[in-house]
Amino acid sequence: MTKLNYREALRDGLRDALVREPRAFLMGLDVGRYGGTYAVSRGLLEELGPERVRDTPLSESAFVGAGIGAAIGGLLPIVEIMTVNFSLLALDQIMNNAATLRHMTGGQLAVPLVIRMTTGAGRQLAAQHSHSLEGWYAHIPGLRILAPATVEDARGMLWTALMDPDPVLIFEHAALFGLEAELEGAVTPVDIDHAKIRRAGKHVSLVTYGGTLHKTLAAAETLAKDGIDAEVIDLRSLRPLDTETIIASVKKTRRAVIIDEGWRSGSLSAEISARVMEQAFYDLDAPVERVCTAEVPIPYAKQLEEAALPQPETIVQAARKTVGTHV
Amino acid sequence: MKTEEHSPEMKIDLLRQMLRIRRFEEKAAELYSAAKIRGFLHLYIGQEAIAAGAMRALTAEDAVVSTYREHGHALARGVAAAAIMAEMYGKAEGCCHGRGGSMHLFDVSKRFYGGNAIVAGGLPLALGLALADKLAGRARVTACFFGDGAVAEGEFHETMNLAVLWKLPLLLLCENNLYAMGTAIARALSETDLCKKAESYRMPAERIDGMDALAVAVASADATAAVRAGEGPRFLELTTYRFRPHSMFDPDLYRDKAEIAEWKKRDPLPRHIGRLKEEGLLDAAKIDAIERAVADELAQAVAFADAGTLEPVESLTRDVYARTP
Ligand SMILES: Cc1ncc(C[n+]2csc(CCOP(=O)(O)OP(=O)(O)O)c2C)c(N)n1
Ligand SMILES: [Mg+2]
Repeated sequence: MTKLNYREALRDGLRDALVREPRAFLMGLDVGRYGGTYAVSRGLLEELGPERVRDTPLSESAFVGAGIGAAIGGLLPIVEIMTVNFSLLALDQIMNNAATLRHMTGGQLAVPLVIRMTTGAGRQLAAQHSHSLEGWYAHIPGLRILAPATVEDARGMLWTALMDPDPVLIFEHAALFGLEAELEGAVTPVDIDHAKIRRAGKHVSLVTYGGTLHKTLAAAETLAKDGIDAEVIDLRSLRPLDTETIIASVKKTRRAVIIDEGWRSGSLSAEISARVMEQAFYDLDAPVERVCTAEVPIPYAKQLEEAALPQPETIVQAARKTVGTHV
Repeated sequence: MKTEEHSPEMKIDLLRQMLRIRRFEEKAAELYSAAKIRGFLHLYIGQEAIAAGAMRALTAEDAVVSTYREHGHALARGVAAAAIMAEMYGKAEGCCHGRGGSMHLFDVSKRFYGGNAIVAGGLPLALGLALADKLAGRARVTACFFGDGAVAEGEFHETMNLAVLWKLPLLLLCENNLYAMGTAIARALSETDLCKKAESYRMPAERIDGMDALAVAVASADATAAVRAGEGPRFLELTTYRFRPHSMFDPDLYRDKAEIAEWKKRDPLPRHIGRLKEEGLLDAAKIDAIERAVADELAQAVAFADAGTLEPVESLTRDVYARTP
C-alpha cells in the first residue's frame, strides 16, 4: 500500500496511460514546461518528451478541435483544459464535433478522445473560475462524463476512459487535489459504468458526485449521531447515469436527497429527481430534496462563496426534512 | 505629443503613478501572505510604466478594459486605492462589494470595465464599447489592455478584424511580457512580431519599450489622438517583463534566473528616476516627499479595507438580475 493524494493519483494514471499506450499523448496549456496548472503533469515532459507531452498556446478551440481530429486520425489524445470555465471557448468543438461525429457520419467515425479539466468552487476564485458546468456536458448525447471523487478513481478512470471508443470528459474537482488515501501499488483501471455506494444506510439515500461527496459523507456522520442511517451514492459517471443503483437505493430507503454543486435550475439534480419520480414514485415516503449551489455567479468573498455552495449543514437539514420526526 | 505634455509636472506624475502601483503591489503580496487577500493574485510589478504612461492619454470620458492583472490599471485610471484594496479583502466597501476580488476590479464611474479573467475575453467587450461610441457619435476612445497570451486566441483575431473593418475608436495595448503563465512567447506564436499581426489586419501598429514610461506616454498620446480623430483603431505592442511569478501559486520554474536579473536592470522606476535626476527635476527630498504621499495613501487604503465590513450572506443573490424574477 502507498499513500497517495488525488493530484499524485491523477499523475500516476496519466504516466501509466502514456507509457503503456504509444498512441496516447497529452496536450494542453502549460502541461509540459510548467508542469500543469495544478502540477498534475509535473515531470512527465522530462520523462516522455515534448511529442508525448505537448504544450499548447492559449487556443482552446483549436487544441481541443485538434484532439478530436487526432482521434479521428487514429491516435488516443488526452487533452487537458485548465478549468471547465475555459472549456467554454472550446464548447463548439466538443458539442458540434466530438459529440456528433459518430452519429452524423452514420457510424463511420469514432472519436476516442479524453478531455480532462478541473471544475468546482471553494477557493475564492470568483465568477470566472469557479463554476461546475459538468451538468451541462451531461446533457449532451455522444459524450461520456466522469467525475472522480476518490483517489482511487482519480488514478484509475483515465485508462478506462482512454480505452472507450467514444469521447469522455473527466471532471477533476479543484478542492480535491490534496485528498489522500492508501492504495495498492499498481495503477488498476476502474469500472466507469457504475455508481458506487460509499456508505450503506437504510433511512435516506444521499446521491452525489465529485467535490460534494466528502461533504455528503461528513453530513452522513452527523446524521448517524441522531440515529439517521444515510446511504451515500457516488455517481462517478454523470452520463450515462447509473439509474439502476439510484433506484434500488431509493426503493430501500424510501427517501432521497440529491447534492450537486451545479445550479438547481435545469440541472443534473433535476434529472435525477425526475428519474426517481418516474421509477420509484410509489416507493417514496417523502418528496425528493435537493441541495445545490445558489443561483448566483460564484462570489469572491469567503462568507458569500460558502453560503452559495452545498455544505454539510445544509445536506443534514435536507436529509432531516425527508425523514421528518419518524425514522 | 504636444510639448506641454513633456512638462516637468508630467514627468513627475509618471513617477508618482508608477510608485503608487509598485508600493500597492508590494503591499498586496504581503497581505496575501497574511491571508487578508485570497483567491488568485497577479502582480503588475515590472510593468508599471505601461499603465502609468498609457492612462495619461485618456480623458475621463474614455473607457478602459483590462485583464486579471489590473490593479495597476485601476490605480492609474483613478479608481480609489481604498476601494480596490477593500475589494481584494472581499469587503462590502470594495468597488464590487466583494463579489469580484483581485481579478475583477470594475468602477463604472471611472469607465473602468475590469477585470476580465478569461484571457482575450476583454477584447470583444472593448470592441463593443467602441462601437457604442461610434454609433452614438461620441468622440471617445476605448483602451484595451491585454497580454501576449491573448494573441493566440481567436477572440484577439476576430476583434482586430472587426475593429478595422468598422473603423472603431479602439486603442489596443498589448503588454508583451514574453510569457503566458509558463509558456514563452516563442513557444506559443509562430510569428512573434505582434505588430506584423496587426498590420495584416491593416491596423497601424508600433512597438514601444514598455519599460520606459515616457516613451509609453508619448506613443499612447499620439495613438489616442489618431483614434480620437476618427482614423480607426491603433495597436501598440509594449515590450515588458513581469518581475514576479505569474500568480502567488506559480513556482516560476520555467524562467532563467539570469533572464529575470537581466530584465530587472531595466526596472522602469530607477530608470525614470535616473532620467529625472539628470534633468535636474528630482532630488532625494522630492523623491522622499512623493514616497511619503504614496505611503500615506496606501496606509489609508489598508486601514479602510481592514475596517471594512462583510456583506451579509442574506445579500448573496443580489445583483443577479435588475429585478429578482
Ligand atoms: C481562456 C483562458 N484560458 C486559460 C486561462 C488561464 N490563464 C490565466 S492567465 C494565463 C496567461 C496569460 O498570459 P498573458 O495574456 O501573456 O498575460 P500575463 O499573465 O502575462 O499578464 C492563462 C493561461 C484563462 N484565464 N483563460
Ligand atoms: Mg504575458
